[in-house]
Amino acid sequence: MLKIIAAVIGRDLKLALRRQADIVSALFFFIIVVSLFPLGVGPEPDLLRKLAPGVLWVAALLATMLSLPRLFADDHRDGTLEQLALAPHPLGLAVTGKVFAHWLVSGLPLALLAPVLGLQFDLPTDALLVLTGSLLLGTPALSGIGAIGAALTLGLRGGGILLSLLVLPLYIPVLIFGAGAVDATVAGLGGEGHLSLLAALTFAALGFAPWASAAALKIALE
Amino acid sequence: MKDRFNLYRFASPATFYPLAGRMIPWFAAFAALFGLAGLYLGMLVAPTDFQQGEGYRIIFIHVPASWMSMFIYLVMAFWAAIGLAFNTRLSGMMAQALAPTGALMAFLSLWTGALWGKPMWGAWWVWDARLTSELILLFLYIGYMALVAAIDDPRRADKAGGLLLLVGVVNIPIIYFSVQWWNTLHQGSSVNLTKSSMAVTMLWGMLLMAFCFWSYAIAVALARVRSILLERERHTDWVKAELLGVGDGERA
Amino acid sequence: MLAAEQLACVRGERRLFANVGFRLDGGELLYLQGRNGAGKTSLLRMLIGLLPPEAGQILWRGQDIHEQIDEYRAELCYLGHHNAIKEELTPLENLLLSARLADETLSEDDALDALEQVGLAGREDLACKYLSQGQKRRVALARLVKERRALWVLDEPFVALDVAAVAWLAGIISGHLQRGGLAVMTTHQPVDIPAGTVRELRLG
Repeated sequence: MLKIIAAVIGRDLKLALRRQADIVSALFFFIIVVSLFPLGVGPEPDLLRKLAPGVLWVAALLATMLSLPRLFADDHRDGTLEQLALAPHPLGLAVTGKVFAHWLVSGLPLALLAPVLGLQFDLPTDALLVLTGSLLLGTPALSGIGAIGAALTLGLRGGGILLSLLVLPLYIPVLIFGAGAVDATVAGLGGEGHLSLLAALTFAALGFAPWASAAALKIALE
Repeated sequence: MKDRFNLYRFASPATFYPLAGRMIPWFAAFAALFGLAGLYLGMLVAPTDFQQGEGYRIIFIHVPASWMSMFIYLVMAFWAAIGLAFNTRLSGMMAQALAPTGALMAFLSLWTGALWGKPMWGAWWVWDARLTSELILLFLYIGYMALVAAIDDPRRADKAGGLLLLVGVVNIPIIYFSVQWWNTLHQGSSVNLTKSSMAVTMLWGMLLMAFCFWSYAIAVALARVRSILLERERHTDWVKAELLGVGDGERA
Repeated sequence: MLAAEQLACVRGERRLFANVGFRLDGGELLYLQGRNGAGKTSLLRMLIGLLPPEAGQILWRGQDIHEQIDEYRAELCYLGHHNAIKEELTPLENLLLSARLADETLSEDDALDALEQVGLAGREDLACKYLSQGQKRRVALARLVKERRALWVLDEPFVALDVAAVAWLAGIISGHLQRGGLAVMTTHQPVDIPAGTVRELRLG
């Protein structure tokens, strides 16, 4: 079981490393979106500190969306998805591997980059730590829920926009608890409650999403 | 064996089509009847609210519409589950036929909520937990309809749409809870919409309006299922016979 | 070993075929024939368990394949229209990876040997995007060299191959049949397979 998951992760990471441009452009998108906000609302530190959690989290959602359409599309086009579906083990396992690999190349870099951008918004150190922590905890759920949308829209015209339409409403709880944790820290209330709920969401999403995605992929492959 | 009562018989399109045709006028009549009675109770009989004046009367539309918007999503998810579990063709069509009505109800609920909010809170929109959840529900309806519309193969559309509905129904409680949490954190307690000391006539008015919306939803959904059926089965013999004997759908 | 009974297929709103059935035993090859759009690929996708049949069932060793899908797939090898290779990876990496993902054991020596047999010696470490169409097809076919699963399902395996490669592939399929394997394939060009019993099924 673990062997298959590890094999899929290894393959996807190898492919991602040979196509680094994709990872880098999603990261730059994140940086640019976040940097646009001060230009839009003005540079007052108080206002920026208040906006920072929401802005960083919304930008992280959007940056994750960018890489989702290709999660299964490449494998679908060259026939490897078919072969994965035909392997003698449940497709959900392979999807679990793909979700994890997607997180490693999209969610993890975002979480590591976020504190640097948080500095631009004058966030205090403890809030920066909670920001990184909340992104580390919450982005796996984004990859998992996103995989369902990517599988449902596989091969459809206008798939990318449709994907956002399906997935963004489902991201709302993650956004609320993720940004809420940072918010609460900035306000001096402590973000532990939010963080534990966020962790619960991620566990639930990672348990449920790969199997829902696998079901959607089987529908798409019929 | 031939005449044994069998639910599967009604799941066959050729049987369902005329049956639905006979049911539509009844539900349409119920809708009109309940609607008139409910509006009469709500607009003329129910007492004026001592705090909110006449403006509160919009709840006779607003509350039933909100109920229906949530209820219809559950019914769609139910049909989706049936369709995925038993591979019945009619289930997917039922879900698709209900979606526009559900979206309409969610939209009505938001619109009347805004109309009510203006005199109550002095603003067209407040980020009240219920309004926000209703907005997200509308997004879910729109996502479902967009997905189904984007898929050409009707079977794949039914199955993919059904899966999305099930994912949505699992998520709705989580979304609702998180919005509630977010709301209390940011706004303190917002204005409570439902008064506990509701007059009996008001309750009856709302119930009658809910029955009206219910009958309306069934009538339109059946009409929509009939057109979906005709479109999908246009190559089959029974549809050809149906279309040749113009308007013969009512035939016993 | 493999039997299909009363299969029916509906795609979109068209009924492609109905009442299709066949039996296939060890050492036998089934040629699927029919004009374009007759449902050859759909039938293959039913056989590999991706497309649920509208009616009828497919039996493997006497049991419905959907009741034993993982066991069935452990004995199944499918080669589709697409090569199922990654352009960014080398032929050797592709071969090793596809074996790993299909839960097979393939040593590096065996993989190198297979690539040599399909005429890709010396190109093992070149990313597949630099190969020609025919060479990519050979990378995909190299999987079959060491493949010992009982049932091969091949969709147009001879497309994009030159004469020598066609003869080579016919030999590989013969070897499979001689070992008691089964094969189902579609093809437009009838190819002479030296060994085994050849059955034909015409759709439409």
